[in-house]
Amino acid sequence: MKPDTRRRVLSACCILGSFVAWEAICLAFGVSEMVLPRPTQAIYTLVSQFPAIWPHAFQTIYTTLVGLGLGILIGVLLGMLIGSSRLAYDVAYPMLVGFSSIPKVAIVPILVLWFGAGTVPAILTAMVMCVFPIVVNVATGLASTEPELQDVMRTLKATKLEILWNIGLPRTMPYFFASLKVAATLAFVGTVIAETVASNRGIGNLMMIASSSFDVPLVFAGLFILASLGVTLYIVFSAIEARVTGWAVRSDDFASNG
Amino acid sequence: MNQALATGVVPRNPVIDLERVNVTFGGEKNKTVALAETSLRIEKGEFVALVGPSGCGKSTILKLVAGTLSPSEGNIFVTGREIGANEVRIGMAFQNPTLLPWLNIRDNVMMPLKIVPPYKHGYTKKKNGEYRERAEALLAKVGLSGFGEKFPWQLSGGMQQRASLCRALIHDPTLLLLDEPFGALDQFTREELWEIMQNLWIEKKPTVLLVTHDLKEAAYLASRICVMQARPGRIIEDSTVPFSRPRTIDVSFEPDFVSLTQRLRERIVAARAVKEQQP
Repeated sequence: MKPDTRRRVLSACCILGSFVAWEAICLAFGVSEMVLPRPTQAIYTLVSQFPAIWPHAFQTIYTTLVGLGLGILIGVLLGMLIGSSRLAYDVAYPMLVGFSSIPKVAIVPILVLWFGAGTVPAILTAMVMCVFPIVVNVATGLASTEPELQDVMRTLKATKLEILWNIGLPRTMPYFFASLKVAATLAFVGTVIAETVASNRGIGNLMMIASSSFDVPLVFAGLFILASLGVTLYIVFSAIEARVTGWAVRSDDFASNG
Repeated sequence: MNQALATGVVPRNPVIDLERVNVTFGGEKNKTVALAETSLRIEKGEFVALVGPSGCGKSTILKLVAGTLSPSEGNIFVTGREIGANEVRIGMAFQNPTLLPWLNIRDNVMMPLKIVPPYKHGYTKKKNGEYRERAEALLAKVGLSGFGEKFPWQLSGGMQQRASLCRALIHDPTLLLLDEPFGALDQFTREELWEIMQNLWIEKKPTVLLVTHDLKEAAYLASRICVMQARPGRIIEDSTVPFSRPRTIDVSFEPDFVSLTQRLRERIVAARAVKEQQP
């Protein structure tokens, strides 16, 4: 067996094993499903109630992706501004740090006040959650671009925009993707927070209702969905990252594809 | 100018003309004079080497000509026009290869074509045809054919530096600025690259300004050597190199060559000694 395959099989076994252990411990100590349902119970609920669950799941995915998309757009633009202008850096950085220190639960009521309950506050919460890491990383990437690389462009009399496009942005991609993995998971958190507080749709709302009726397996089914959605998005971004920024880790795959 | 007339060369507009240029760094209290009252004219097609100890302002001159630094006093004309206001095509190679790690070698070499007019117009149309062939042809000349698809980190330092020379030359610059491009290489690679550089120059005849601290390199490559002195930086000697081209490494062992480098070396050492005695 190749070392790479071996590593993968081993890690898959360990992950699966932790669920088996959970199952076994619950069975051994006779833990009530009201306290901690077994994974099989959660998955059974997931499958049996799927028709009722999937509209909620779809709503959460939709909200998160739109929020993340907006977050990326605003984050990249703001990061570019902060990374290339000293004044913007001095002004925006303290504000960003202050803003991101605010618990996002606290702003959901304000958003509901402005936009009404439902999808819009959830999208905005997801966006607000994921903007900060993207801004910080894009700005750092731009600010740390090697001056020598910029000199190459300057002797060619390149415009500021050409330097940004040909040097700054590609140079920033590894930073951007690193932040994207964090941002993607944060976007789910944002969505679910908003759904829990003020929505009648989405996984957050589903879990809210389920817990108020003591349907703990359904709560866990919701958690499972969220976790797997997060992992899926992470994998997608990792795959894109490997294709786009393989140069940063000097991967041979990248060299042969590119 | 008289010298030019005497040797029968028709005086032309110099490609580079520095007129009594001063460059100072720092404020009133701790003022550093990087370049003092320096005048330098370089005619079209000349290969001029600036040599001198570190801190003598040779890189400062290069930056002035490249337009990345402004003089404190004096005028700089490139192809007869004030710096910044002209369309002269400049190619530059640095001590480090400074290739972009996310582009393969060919795309790195093609980068100037994407930026510099008139090539930039029609870049998207020609990048897979004409420009690509142009890059490959140039890479072949420096012994890098077949490496276009490779990425910078897959190449040795010498190969990266060759690619960097190609990038400096791809857009047929009228002015080529070389900032110690062979300084970080081992002896054998360096001599190999001297030969490549000389061939490229003979073929395209760009005006070259080479900054180096290697006297042998200067004497091998240049048609004129300007010796510089440190603190304050100024040109203390300007001599032509008489050897016929193409020069080979064997030339560097001939008595004339050795005595030239020896004389330049003594000149630099003497200038330094005088400096040491001053407070």
